[in-house]
Amino acid sequence: MEFLETLLSLGQSTLEQGLITSLTVLALFLSYSMLNVCDLSTDGCYALGAIVGGMVAKGEFPLMSGVSPALLPFLSLLFAMLFGAMSGFLVSLLQTRMGINSLLAGIVVNTGLYSVNMAIMKGSPLVSIARNDTVFTLTKKLFKGTPLYDWSAVIVLALIVALVCVFLFFFLRTRLGLAIRATGDNDAMVKASSINPIMTTTVALCISNSFTALAGCLMAQFSKSADVNVGSGVVTIALASLLIGHTFFKKTGMGLRIFGMVVGALVFRTVYTVALRFNMPAYMLKAVSSLIVILAVFVPYITAKTAKRRHFSEERRSKNA
Amino acid sequence: MLDIRNVSLTFDPGTMDEKKAIRNLSFHADKGEFITVIGANGAGKSTLFSVISGGNRVDCGQILLDGNDITNVPEHIRSRRIGRLFQDPMKGSAPGMTIEENLFLAAGHGGWFAGVSKSDRERFRERLSALGMGLEDRMNHKVGLLSGGQRQALTLIMATLNPPDLLLLDEHTAALDPGTAEKVLKVTSDIVRENKLTCMMITHNMQSALDLGTRTVMMDHGNIILDYSGDERAHLTVNDLMKSFREKSGAALNNDRMLLS
Repeated sequence: MEFLETLLSLGQSTLEQGLITSLTVLALFLSYSMLNVCDLSTDGCYALGAIVGGMVAKGEFPLMSGVSPALLPFLSLLFAMLFGAMSGFLVSLLQTRMGINSLLAGIVVNTGLYSVNMAIMKGSPLVSIARNDTVFTLTKKLFKGTPLYDWSAVIVLALIVALVCVFLFFFLRTRLGLAIRATGDNDAMVKASSINPIMTTTVALCISNSFTALAGCLMAQFSKSADVNVGSGVVTIALASLLIGHTFFKKTGMGLRIFGMVVGALVFRTVYTVALRFNMPAYMLKAVSSLIVILAVFVPYITAKTAKRRHFSEERRSKNA
Repeated sequence: MLDIRNVSLTFDPGTMDEKKAIRNLSFHADKGEFITVIGANGAGKSTLFSVISGGNRVDCGQILLDGNDITNVPEHIRSRRIGRLFQDPMKGSAPGMTIEENLFLAAGHGGWFAGVSKSDRERFRERLSALGMGLEDRMNHKVGLLSGGQRQALTLIMATLNPPDLLLLDEHTAALDPGTAEKVLKVTSDIVRENKLTCMMITHNMQSALDLGTRTVMMDHGNIILDYSGDERAHLTVNDLMKSFREKSGAALNNDRMLLS
Protein backbone atom coordinates (compact mmCIF):
# COMPACT_ATOMS: atom_id res chain seq x y z
CA MET A 1 0.00 0.00 0.00
CA GLU A 2 2.82 2.34 0.90
CA PHE A 3 4.51 1.45 -2.38
CA LEU A 4 1.36 2.32 -4.29
CA GLU A 5 1.11 5.62 -2.53
CA THR A 6 4.70 6.47 -3.37
CA LEU A 7 4.06 5.53 -6.97
CA LEU A 8 0.95 7.69 -7.09
CA SER A 9 2.68 10.72 -5.64
CA LEU A 10 5.63 10.19 -7.96
CA GLY A 11 3.25 9.99 -10.89
CA GLN A 12 1.57 13.15 -9.74
CA SER A 13 4.76 15.17 -9.48
CA THR A 14 5.93 13.78 -12.83
CA LEU A 15 2.68 14.94 -14.39
CA GLU A 16 2.95 18.38 -12.83
CA GLN A 17 6.55 18.94 -13.88
CA GLY A 18 5.97 17.34 -17.28
CA LEU A 19 2.93 19.46 -18.08
CA ILE A 20 4.78 22.66 -17.21
CA THR A 21 7.71 21.60 -19.40
CA SER A 22 5.34 20.67 -22.21
CA LEU A 23 4.38 24.33 -22.65
CA THR A 24 8.00 25.16 -23.42
CA VAL A 25 8.12 22.13 -25.73
CA LEU A 26 5.04 23.43 -27.56
CA ALA A 27 6.75 26.81 -27.84
CA LEU A 28 9.78 25.17 -29.43
CA PHE A 29 7.50 23.11 -31.65
CA LEU A 30 6.35 26.39 -33.18
CA SER A 31 9.77 28.04 -33.45
CA TYR A 32 12.05 25.03 -34.00
CA SER A 33 9.87 22.49 -35.85
CA MET A 34 7.58 24.86 -37.75
CA LEU A 35 9.54 28.08 -38.32
CA ASN A 36 12.89 26.22 -38.36
CA VAL A 37 14.58 28.74 -36.08
CA CYS A 38 16.52 27.51 -33.05
CA ASP A 39 15.51 30.10 -30.47
CA LEU A 40 18.25 30.15 -27.84
CA SER A 41 16.61 32.91 -25.82
CA THR A 42 14.33 30.24 -24.30
CA ASP A 43 16.20 30.03 -20.96
CA GLY A 44 16.08 33.76 -20.36
CA CYS A 45 12.49 34.02 -21.53
CA TYR A 46 11.41 31.22 -19.17
CA ALA A 47 13.05 33.08 -16.27
CA LEU A 48 11.47 36.34 -17.48
CA GLY A 49 8.05 34.71 -17.35
CA ALA A 50 8.75 33.30 -13.89
CA ILE A 51 9.98 36.60 -12.50
CA VAL A 52 7.41 38.89 -14.10
CA GLY A 53 4.73 36.40 -13.07
CA GLY A 54 6.11 36.23 -9.54
CA MET A 55 6.26 40.00 -9.14
CA VAL A 56 2.73 40.44 -10.49
CA ALA A 57 1.34 37.67 -8.26
CA LYS A 58 2.98 39.43 -5.35
CA GLY A 59 1.43 42.73 -6.40
CA GLU A 60 4.83 44.38 -6.58
CA PHE A 61 4.83 44.96 -10.32
CA PRO A 62 4.08 48.46 -11.66
CA LEU A 63 0.32 49.12 -12.05
CA MET A 64 -0.49 46.30 -9.61
CA SER A 65 -0.83 48.31 -6.41
CA GLY A 66 -4.61 48.82 -6.40
CA VAL A 67 -5.59 45.52 -8.02
CA SER A 68 -7.70 43.02 -6.08
CA PRO A 69 -5.50 40.14 -4.82
CA ALA A 70 -7.89 37.57 -6.30
CA LEU A 71 -7.09 38.82 -9.79
CA LEU A 72 -3.32 38.86 -9.38
CA PRO A 73 -2.65 35.15 -10.16
CA PHE A 74 -4.44 35.51 -13.49
CA LEU A 75 -2.85 38.86 -14.34
CA SER A 76 0.43 37.16 -13.52
CA LEU A 77 -0.11 34.63 -16.35
CA LEU A 78 -1.20 37.39 -18.71
CA PHE A 79 1.72 39.68 -17.98
CA ALA A 80 4.22 36.83 -18.20
CA MET A 81 2.91 35.99 -21.67
CA LEU A 82 2.99 39.64 -22.70
CA PHE A 83 6.60 40.04 -21.62
CA GLY A 84 7.49 36.74 -23.27
CA ALA A 85 6.00 37.99 -26.52
CA MET A 86 8.02 41.20 -26.18
CA SER A 87 11.19 39.20 -25.73
CA GLY A 88 10.29 37.13 -28.81
CA PHE A 89 9.68 40.33 -30.73
CA LEU A 90 13.16 41.52 -29.81
CA VAL A 91 14.75 38.25 -30.99
CA SER A 92 12.89 38.51 -34.30
CA LEU A 93 13.82 42.17 -34.69
CA LEU A 94 17.51 41.32 -34.29
CA GLN A 95 17.42 38.56 -36.88
CA THR A 96 15.08 40.07 -39.46
CA ARG A 97 15.91 43.77 -39.37
CA MET A 98 19.37 44.07 -37.87
CA GLY A 99 21.27 41.38 -39.75
CA ILE A 100 22.13 39.30 -36.68
CA ASN A 101 22.32 35.54 -37.20
CA SER A 102 19.32 33.81 -35.64
CA LEU A 103 21.37 31.72 -33.18
CA LEU A 104 23.34 34.76 -32.10
CA ALA A 105 20.16 36.85 -31.77
CA GLY A 106 18.80 34.29 -29.29
CA ILE A 107 22.03 34.13 -27.29
CA VAL A 108 22.38 37.91 -27.12
CA VAL A 109 18.80 38.36 -25.91
CA ASN A 110 19.25 35.48 -23.45
CA THR A 111 22.27 37.18 -21.90
CA GLY A 112 20.59 40.58 -21.83
CA LEU A 113 17.52 39.12 -20.14
CA TYR A 114 19.60 38.22 -17.07
CA SER A 115 20.03 41.92 -16.30
CA VAL A 116 16.42 42.66 -17.18
CA ASN A 117 15.24 39.91 -14.83
CA MET A 118 17.44 41.19 -12.00
CA ALA A 119 16.15 44.72 -12.61
CA ILE A 120 12.53 43.53 -12.44
CA MET A 121 13.30 41.95 -9.04
CA LYS A 122 14.93 45.28 -8.05
CA GLY A 123 18.29 43.62 -7.56
CA SER A 124 17.25 40.81 -5.26
CA PRO A 125 18.09 37.37 -6.63
CA LEU A 126 14.80 35.77 -5.60
CA VAL A 127 11.08 36.52 -5.57
CA SER A 128 8.97 34.56 -3.11
CA ILE A 129 5.20 34.34 -3.44
CA ALA A 130 4.74 31.97 -0.49
CA ARG A 131 2.19 34.26 1.16
CA ASN A 132 0.25 35.14 -2.00
CA ASP A 133 -2.45 33.39 -3.91
CA THR A 134 -1.59 31.48 -7.06
CA VAL A 135 -3.81 29.77 -9.61
CA PHE A 136 -2.94 26.57 -7.76
CA THR A 137 -3.95 27.76 -4.28
CA LEU A 138 -7.17 29.19 -5.73
CA THR A 139 -8.11 25.85 -7.32
CA LYS A 140 -7.19 24.01 -4.17
CA LYS A 141 -9.68 26.23 -2.34
CA LEU A 142 -12.25 25.50 -5.02
CA PHE A 143 -11.80 21.73 -4.78
CA LYS A 144 -11.68 21.63 -0.97
CA GLY A 145 -13.44 18.53 0.37
CA THR A 146 -13.71 16.84 -3.03
CA PRO A 147 -11.54 13.92 -4.19
CA LEU A 148 -10.02 16.26 -6.81
CA TYR A 149 -8.26 18.24 -4.09
CA ASP A 150 -4.89 16.47 -4.34
CA TRP A 151 -4.94 16.64 -8.12
CA SER A 152 -5.95 20.27 -8.47
CA ALA A 153 -2.54 21.35 -9.81
CA VAL A 154 -2.58 18.58 -12.42
CA ILE A 155 -6.08 19.60 -13.48
CA VAL A 156 -5.17 23.29 -13.87
CA LEU A 157 -2.04 22.47 -15.80
CA ALA A 158 -3.75 19.91 -18.03
CA LEU A 159 -6.42 22.47 -18.82
CA ILE A 160 -3.89 25.15 -19.78
CA VAL A 161 -1.81 22.70 -21.84
CA ALA A 162 -4.95 21.48 -23.62
CA LEU A 163 -5.90 25.08 -24.41
CA VAL A 164 -2.47 25.78 -25.88
CA CYS A 165 -2.58 22.53 -27.91
CA VAL A 166 -6.01 23.35 -29.33
CA PHE A 167 -4.91 26.89 -30.12
CA LEU A 168 -1.82 25.61 -31.96
CA PHE A 169 -3.84 23.01 -33.83
CA PHE A 170 -6.28 25.54 -35.22
CA PHE A 171 -3.72 28.30 -35.61
CA LEU A 172 -1.47 26.15 -37.80
CA ARG A 173 -4.39 25.57 -40.18
CA THR A 174 -5.07 29.26 -40.73
CA ARG A 175 -3.43 31.14 -43.54
CA LEU A 176 -1.10 32.83 -41.06
CA GLY A 177 -0.14 29.48 -39.52
CA LEU A 178 0.44 27.94 -42.94
CA ALA A 179 2.53 30.96 -43.93
CA ILE A 180 4.69 30.40 -40.84
CA ARG A 181 5.09 26.72 -41.75
CA ALA A 182 5.99 27.63 -45.33
CA THR A 183 8.61 30.09 -44.09
CA GLY A 184 10.28 27.27 -42.20
CA ASP A 185 9.72 24.74 -44.96
CA ASN A 186 10.82 26.58 -48.10
CA ASP A 187 12.53 29.92 -47.79
CA ALA A 188 12.87 30.36 -51.56
CA MET A 189 9.16 29.85 -52.13
CA VAL A 190 8.17 32.35 -49.49
CA LYS A 191 10.53 34.98 -50.88
CA ALA A 192 8.86 34.69 -54.30
CA SER A 193 5.34 34.66 -52.88
CA SER A 194 3.30 37.41 -51.34
CA ILE A 195 4.17 36.25 -47.82
CA ASN A 196 6.46 38.59 -45.92
CA PRO A 197 8.94 36.32 -44.10
CA ILE A 198 9.78 39.11 -41.66
CA MET A 199 6.14 39.20 -40.56
CA THR A 200 5.78 35.42 -40.21
CA THR A 201 9.06 35.13 -38.26
CA THR A 202 7.99 37.93 -35.93
CA VAL A 203 4.53 36.49 -35.26
CA ALA A 204 5.86 32.96 -34.68
CA LEU A 205 8.57 34.08 -32.27
CA CYS A 206 6.18 36.30 -30.31
CA ILE A 207 3.67 33.47 -29.86
CA SER A 208 6.29 30.87 -29.11
CA ASN A 209 8.01 33.01 -26.49
CA SER A 210 4.72 33.88 -24.84
CA PHE A 211 4.24 30.14 -24.24
CA THR A 212 7.76 29.79 -22.89
CA ALA A 213 7.13 32.65 -20.47
CA LEU A 214 3.78 31.11 -19.52
CA ALA A 215 5.63 27.91 -18.59
CA GLY A 216 8.06 29.91 -16.48
CA CYS A 217 5.22 31.76 -14.77
CA LEU A 218 3.37 28.52 -13.95
CA MET A 219 6.57 27.07 -12.56
CA ALA A 220 6.97 30.14 -10.33
CA GLN A 221 3.37 29.95 -9.12
CA PHE A 222 3.69 26.20 -8.60
CA SER A 223 6.90 26.34 -6.58
CA LYS A 224 5.87 29.67 -4.99
CA SER A 225 9.15 31.29 -5.87
CA ALA A 226 11.36 32.24 -8.77
CA ASP A 227 15.01 33.09 -9.00
CA VAL A 228 17.12 34.46 -11.78
CA ASN A 229 18.57 31.05 -12.68
CA VAL A 230 15.24 29.21 -12.88
CA GLY A 231 15.49 29.00 -16.68
CA SER A 232 18.98 27.62 -16.95
CA GLY A 233 19.04 24.57 -19.22
CA VAL A 234 15.34 24.73 -20.03
CA VAL A 235 16.01 24.93 -23.78
CA THR A 236 17.91 21.63 -23.77
CA ILE A 237 15.31 19.87 -21.62
CA ALA A 238 12.56 21.12 -23.93
CA LEU A 239 14.50 20.13 -27.04
CA ALA A 240 15.09 16.66 -25.60
CA SER A 241 11.35 16.31 -24.94
CA LEU A 242 10.55 17.64 -28.41
CA LEU A 243 12.85 15.13 -30.08
CA ILE A 244 11.40 12.26 -27.99
CA GLY A 245 7.89 13.31 -28.98
CA HIS A 246 8.99 13.64 -32.58
CA THR A 247 10.27 10.06 -32.77
CA PHE A 248 6.91 8.74 -31.55
CA PHE A 249 4.70 10.83 -33.82
CA LYS A 250 6.89 11.47 -36.85
CA LYS A 251 4.60 10.49 -39.69
CA THR A 252 1.25 11.53 -38.30
CA GLY A 253 -1.09 14.47 -38.81
CA MET A 254 -0.59 17.84 -37.18
CA GLY A 255 -2.93 17.10 -34.25
CA LEU A 256 -1.00 14.04 -33.15
CA ARG A 257 2.31 15.77 -33.68
CA ILE A 258 1.21 18.52 -31.28
CA PHE A 259 -0.04 15.92 -28.80
CA GLY A 260 3.31 14.16 -29.24
CA MET A 261 5.06 17.20 -27.79
CA VAL A 262 3.16 16.75 -24.52
CA VAL A 263 3.87 13.02 -24.58
CA GLY A 264 7.56 13.78 -25.16
CA ALA A 265 7.68 16.08 -22.15
CA LEU A 266 5.93 13.48 -19.95
CA VAL A 267 8.20 10.65 -21.15
CA PHE A 268 11.26 12.77 -20.47
CA ARG A 269 10.04 13.58 -16.95
CA THR A 270 9.18 9.92 -16.28
CA VAL A 271 12.63 8.74 -17.33
CA TYR A 272 14.13 11.41 -15.13
CA THR A 273 11.97 10.50 -12.13
CA VAL A 274 12.81 6.81 -12.51
CA ALA A 275 16.50 7.65 -12.75
CA LEU A 276 16.19 9.67 -9.54
CA ARG A 277 14.61 6.65 -7.80
CA PHE A 278 17.67 4.67 -8.78
CA ASN A 279 19.72 7.20 -6.85
CA MET A 280 20.85 9.34 -9.74
CA PRO A 281 21.80 12.69 -8.20
CA ALA A 282 19.38 15.49 -9.12
CA TYR A 283 22.15 17.58 -10.64
CA MET A 284 22.46 15.04 -13.44
CA LEU A 285 19.19 16.33 -15.02
CA LYS A 286 20.98 18.65 -17.39
CA ALA A 287 23.59 16.09 -18.47
CA VAL A 288 20.76 13.63 -19.18
CA SER A 289 18.87 16.18 -21.27
CA SER A 290 22.04 17.04 -23.21
CA LEU A 291 22.68 13.36 -23.84
CA ILE A 292 19.13 12.81 -25.10
CA VAL A 293 19.41 15.73 -27.54
CA ILE A 294 22.76 14.41 -28.79
CA LEU A 295 21.41 10.88 -29.24
CA ALA A 296 18.14 12.02 -30.82
CA VAL A 297 20.08 13.89 -33.51
CA PHE A 298 23.00 11.48 -33.84
CA VAL A 299 21.12 8.18 -34.11
CA PRO A 300 19.00 9.10 -37.18
CA TYR A 301 22.11 10.69 -38.73
CA ILE A 302 24.27 7.58 -38.34
CA THR A 303 21.52 5.14 -39.38
CA ALA A 304 20.88 7.13 -42.57
CA LYS A 305 24.60 7.19 -43.28
CA THR A 306 25.13 3.45 -42.75
CA ALA A 307 21.97 2.66 -44.71
CA LYS A 308 23.35 4.63 -47.66
CA ARG A 309 26.73 2.92 -47.41
CA ARG A 310 25.08 -0.49 -47.21
CA HIS A 311 22.92 0.35 -50.21
CA PHE A 312 25.94 1.21 -52.36
CA SER A 313 28.06 -1.70 -51.20
CA GLU A 314 25.20 -4.08 -52.00
CA GLU A 315 24.81 -2.46 -55.39
CA ARG A 316 28.54 -2.94 -56.07
CA ARG A 317 28.34 -6.55 -54.97
CA SER A 318 25.38 -7.29 -57.21
CA LYS A 319 27.15 -5.64 -60.16
CA ASN A 320 30.31 -7.71 -59.56
CA ALA A 321 28.34 -10.90 -59.24
CA MET B 1 0.83 47.00 -68.92
CA LEU B 2 4.53 46.62 -68.10
CA ASP B 3 6.81 49.57 -68.74
CA ILE B 4 10.51 49.45 -68.10
CA ARG B 5 12.23 52.80 -68.56
CA ASN B 6 16.01 53.18 -68.84
CA VAL B 7 16.75 50.60 -66.15
CA SER B 8 20.31 49.65 -65.17
CA LEU B 9 21.57 47.21 -62.59
CA THR B 10 25.17 46.62 -61.55
CA PHE B 11 26.29 43.75 -59.33
CA ASP B 12 29.11 44.36 -56.85
CA PRO B 13 29.67 47.99 -57.92
CA GLY B 14 33.12 49.38 -57.20
CA THR B 15 34.74 45.98 -56.75
CA MET B 16 36.82 43.78 -59.04
CA ASP B 17 33.75 41.64 -59.68
CA GLU B 18 31.68 44.58 -60.89
CA LYS B 19 29.22 43.37 -63.51
CA LYS B 20 26.76 45.50 -65.43
CA ALA B 21 23.90 43.00 -65.63
CA ILE B 22 21.28 45.31 -67.12
CA ARG B 23 22.35 48.31 -69.22
CA ASN B 24 19.93 51.15 -69.78
CA LEU B 25 17.15 48.79 -70.80
CA SER B 26 13.74 50.02 -71.92
CA PHE B 27 10.89 47.70 -72.72
CA HIS B 28 7.15 47.77 -73.05
CA ALA B 29 4.71 44.87 -72.90
CA ASP B 30 1.03 45.16 -73.75
CA LYS B 31 -1.75 43.44 -71.89
CA GLY B 32 -2.28 39.86 -73.04
CA GLU B 33 1.09 39.51 -74.75
CA PHE B 34 2.96 36.20 -74.34
CA ILE B 35 6.60 37.09 -74.77
CA THR B 36 9.35 34.49 -75.08
CA VAL B 37 12.79 35.66 -73.99
CA ILE B 38 15.98 34.12 -75.39
CA GLY B 39 19.67 34.89 -75.10
CA ALA B 40 23.00 33.36 -74.19
CA ASN B 41 23.99 32.56 -70.61
CA GLY B 42 24.76 35.75 -68.74
CA ALA B 43 22.79 37.93 -71.16
CA GLY B 44 20.69 39.21 -68.24
CA LYS B 45 17.41 37.32 -68.78
CA SER B 46 16.97 36.07 -65.22
CA THR B 47 18.27 39.36 -63.84
CA LEU B 48 15.62 41.19 -65.85
CA PHE B 49 12.95 38.98 -64.25
CA SER B 50 14.45 39.58 -60.83
CA VAL B 51 14.34 43.33 -61.48
CA ILE B 52 10.69 43.15 -62.53
CA SER B 53 9.66 41.04 -59.54
CA GLY B 54 11.67 43.01 -57.00
CA GLY B 55 14.37 40.49 -56.09
CA ASN B 56 16.93 43.10 -57.12
CA ARG B 57 16.52 46.86 -56.82
CA VAL B 58 17.67 48.82 -59.85
CA ASP B 59 20.48 51.41 -59.83
CA CYS B 60 18.42 53.83 -61.90
CA GLY B 61 15.37 53.90 -64.11
CA GLN B 62 11.70 53.16 -63.52
CA ILE B 63 9.43 50.12 -63.61
CA LEU B 64 5.70 50.61 -64.08
CA LEU B 65 3.00 47.99 -63.84
CA ASP B 66 -0.39 49.12 -65.16
CA GLY B 67 0.76 52.70 -64.84
CA ASN B 68 1.80 52.35 -61.19
CA ASP B 69 5.44 52.98 -60.34
CA ILE B 70 6.63 49.82 -58.58
CA THR B 71 10.37 50.60 -58.70
CA ASN B 72 10.61 50.76 -54.91
CA VAL B 73 7.84 48.37 -53.95
CA PRO B 74 9.13 45.37 -51.94
CA GLU B 75 9.18 41.91 -53.52
CA HIS B 76 6.39 40.36 -51.43
CA ILE B 77 4.00 43.20 -52.30
CA ARG B 78 4.76 42.94 -56.01
CA SER B 79 4.15 39.18 -55.73
CA ARG B 80 0.45 39.87 -55.28
CA ARG B 81 0.31 40.89 -58.94
CA ILE B 82 3.33 39.13 -60.40
CA GLY B 83 3.47 35.32 -60.47
CA ARG B 84 6.83 33.62 -60.84
CA LEU B 85 8.17 30.16 -61.66
CA PHE B 86 11.79 29.06 -61.49
CA GLN B 87 13.84 26.40 -63.21
CA ASP B 88 14.19 24.46 -59.96
CA PRO B 89 10.87 22.67 -59.27
CA MET B 90 11.80 22.53 -55.55
CA LYS B 91 11.69 26.32 -55.24
CA GLY B 92 8.00 26.91 -55.81
CA SER B 93 6.22 24.89 -53.13
CA ALA B 94 6.64 23.81 -49.52
CA PRO B 95 7.55 20.07 -49.40
CA GLY B 96 6.45 19.51 -45.80
CA MET B 97 2.95 20.78 -46.45
CA THR B 98 0.12 19.12 -48.34
CA ILE B 99 -1.00 20.04 -51.86
CA GLU B 100 -4.14 21.57 -50.41
CA GLU B 101 -2.21 23.67 -47.89
CA ASN B 102 0.16 24.91 -50.58
CA LEU B 103 -2.74 25.89 -52.82
CA PHE B 104 -4.55 27.60 -49.97
CA LEU B 105 -1.50 29.70 -49.18
CA ALA B 106 -1.20 30.65 -52.85
CA ALA B 107 -4.91 31.49 -53.07
CA GLY B 108 -4.23 34.14 -50.46
CA HIS B 109 -7.75 35.32 -49.76
CA GLY B 110 -10.07 35.26 -46.77
CA GLY B 111 -7.73 36.96 -44.32
CA TRP B 112 -4.95 35.68 -42.10
CA PHE B 113 -7.17 33.63 -39.81
CA ALA B 114 -9.22 31.88 -42.46
CA GLY B 115 -8.96 28.14 -43.01
CA VAL B 116 -9.55 25.99 -46.10
CA SER B 117 -13.24 26.05 -46.92
CA LYS B 118 -15.30 23.57 -48.89
CA SER B 119 -15.57 25.90 -51.88
CA ASP B 120 -11.78 26.40 -51.82
CA ARG B 121 -11.36 22.63 -51.92
CA GLU B 122 -13.71 22.32 -54.90
CA ARG B 123 -11.91 25.07 -56.77
CA PHE B 124 -8.54 23.37 -56.10
CA ARG B 125 -9.88 20.04 -57.29
CA GLU B 126 -11.16 21.57 -60.49
CA ARG B 127 -7.87 23.32 -61.28
CA LEU B 128 -5.79 20.25 -60.45
CA SER B 129 -7.90 17.89 -62.53
CA ALA B 130 -7.26 20.11 -65.59
CA LEU B 131 -3.61 19.02 -65.34
CA GLY B 132 -4.55 15.39 -65.97
CA MET B 133 -1.93 14.21 -63.48
CA GLY B 134 -4.29 12.77 -60.88
CA LEU B 135 -3.19 15.35 -58.31
CA GLU B 136 -6.81 16.15 -57.45
CA ASP B 137 -7.06 12.81 -55.62
CA ARG B 138 -3.89 13.48 -53.64
CA MET B 139 -4.79 16.81 -52.06
CA ASN B 140 -3.75 15.64 -48.61
CA HIS B 141 -0.40 14.24 -49.73
CA LYS B 142 2.76 16.10 -48.86
CA VAL B 143 4.20 18.01 -51.81
CA GLY B 144 7.62 16.53 -51.07
CA LEU B 145 6.28 13.20 -52.38
CA LEU B 146 5.59 14.58 -55.88
CA SER B 147 7.89 14.27 -58.90
CA GLY B 148 9.63 17.32 -60.34
CA GLY B 149 7.12 17.63 -63.17
CA GLN B 150 4.12 17.29 -60.87
CA ARG B 151 5.62 19.86 -58.54
CA GLN B 152 6.25 22.31 -61.35
CA ALA B 153 2.70 21.85 -62.63
CA LEU B 154 1.41 22.46 -59.09
CA THR B 155 3.53 25.60 -58.84
CA LEU B 156 2.00 26.79 -62.11
CA ILE B 157 -1.48 26.31 -60.67
CA MET B 158 -0.41 28.08 -57.48
CA ALA B 159 0.96 31.05 -59.44
CA THR B 160 -2.19 31.40 -61.55
CA LEU B 161 -4.87 30.53 -58.97
CA ASN B 162 -5.61 34.23 -58.77
CA PRO B 163 -4.72 35.27 -62.30
CA PRO B 164 -1.69 37.57 -61.89
CA ASP B 165 -1.26 40.74 -63.95
CA LEU B 166 2.08 39.38 -65.10
CA LEU B 167 3.43 35.83 -65.13
CA LEU B 168 7.20 35.34 -65.24
CA LEU B 169 8.45 31.89 -66.26
CA ASP B 170 12.20 31.44 -65.86
CA GLU B 171 13.03 28.28 -67.85
CA HIS B 172 10.46 26.48 -65.78
CA THR B 173 10.68 23.27 -67.85
CA ALA B 174 14.47 23.10 -68.22
CA ALA B 175 14.98 20.71 -65.28
CA LEU B 176 12.27 18.28 -66.42
CA ASP B 177 12.61 15.26 -68.71
CA PRO B 178 11.54 16.02 -72.32
CA GLY B 179 8.13 14.32 -72.08
CA THR B 180 7.17 16.03 -68.84
CA ALA B 181 8.59 19.33 -70.09
CA GLU B 182 6.31 19.17 -73.12
CA LYS B 183 3.31 18.41 -70.93
CA VAL B 184 4.05 21.29 -68.56
CA LEU B 185 4.59 23.63 -71.53
CA LYS B 186 1.22 22.66 -72.94
CA VAL B 187 -0.48 23.26 -69.59
CA THR B 188 1.32 26.60 -69.44
CA SER B 189 0.08 27.82 -72.79
CA ASP B 190 -3.44 26.58 -72.01
CA ILE B 191 -3.54 28.48 -68.72
CA VAL B 192 -2.07 31.62 -70.26
CA ARG B 193 -4.61 31.51 -73.10
CA GLU B 194 -7.65 30.73 -70.93
CA ASN B 195 -6.90 33.47 -68.42
CA LYS B 196 -5.64 35.92 -71.06
CA LEU B 197 -2.51 36.40 -68.96
CA THR B 198 0.35 38.70 -69.80
CA CYS B 199 3.33 36.40 -69.68
CA MET B 200 7.10 36.45 -70.17
CA MET B 201 8.93 33.15 -70.57
CA ILE B 202 12.66 32.58 -70.68
CA THR B 203 13.63 29.55 -72.70
CA HIS B 204 16.77 28.04 -74.14
CA ASN B 205 14.81 26.24 -76.81
CA MET B 206 14.75 28.61 -79.79
CA GLN B 207 12.15 26.57 -81.61
CA SER B 208 9.66 26.71 -78.75
CA ALA B 209 10.51 30.41 -78.35
CA LEU B 210 9.09 30.90 -81.84
CA ASP B 211 6.27 28.33 -81.54
CA LEU B 212 4.86 29.61 -78.27
CA GLY B 213 3.50 33.03 -77.54
CA THR B 214 2.95 36.18 -79.53
CA ARG B 215 6.29 37.96 -79.37
CA THR B 216 9.97 36.99 -79.06
CA VAL B 217 12.79 39.13 -77.71
CA MET B 218 16.49 38.32 -77.59
CA MET B 219 18.80 39.67 -74.91
CA ASP B 220 22.54 40.24 -75.04
CA HIS B 221 24.87 42.01 -72.63
CA GLY B 222 22.11 43.30 -70.44
CA ASN B 223 19.91 44.72 -73.14
CA ILE B 224 17.24 43.68 -75.61
CA ILE B 225 18.77 43.46 -79.08
CA LEU B 226 16.01 41.81 -81.10
CA ASP B 227 12.24 42.09 -80.84
CA TYR B 228 9.87 40.24 -83.15
CA SER B 229 6.10 40.09 -83.23
CA GLY B 230 3.20 39.82 -85.64
CA ASP B 231 3.77 38.78 -89.26
CA GLU B 232 7.50 39.23 -89.11
CA ARG B 233 7.66 36.69 -86.31
CA ALA B 234 5.24 34.29 -87.97
CA HIS B 235 7.65 33.72 -90.83
CA LEU B 236 10.78 33.61 -88.70
CA THR B 237 12.90 30.47 -88.48
CA VAL B 238 15.58 29.53 -85.96
CA ASN B 239 18.18 30.14 -88.68
CA ASP B 240 16.92 33.69 -89.29
CA LEU B 241 17.11 34.30 -85.58
CA MET B 242 20.74 33.20 -85.38
CA LYS B 243 21.68 35.21 -88.45
CA SER B 244 20.21 38.43 -87.13
CA PHE B 245 21.85 37.81 -83.78
CA ARG B 246 25.24 37.60 -85.52
CA GLU B 247 24.58 40.84 -87.40
CA LYS B 248 23.31 42.64 -84.34
CA SER B 249 25.88 41.60 -81.77
CA GLY B 250 28.81 41.04 -84.13
CA ALA B 251 29.51 37.69 -82.60
CA ALA B 252 28.51 34.13 -83.32
CA LEU B 253 25.98 32.68 -80.94
CA ASN B 254 28.44 30.49 -79.13
CA ASN B 255 26.10 28.78 -76.79
CA ASP B 256 25.96 25.02 -77.18
CA ARG B 257 22.77 24.69 -75.21
CA MET B 258 20.98 27.08 -77.53
CA LEU B 259 22.35 25.64 -80.76
CA LEU B 260 21.58 22.09 -79.85
CA SER B 261 18.03 22.69 -78.87
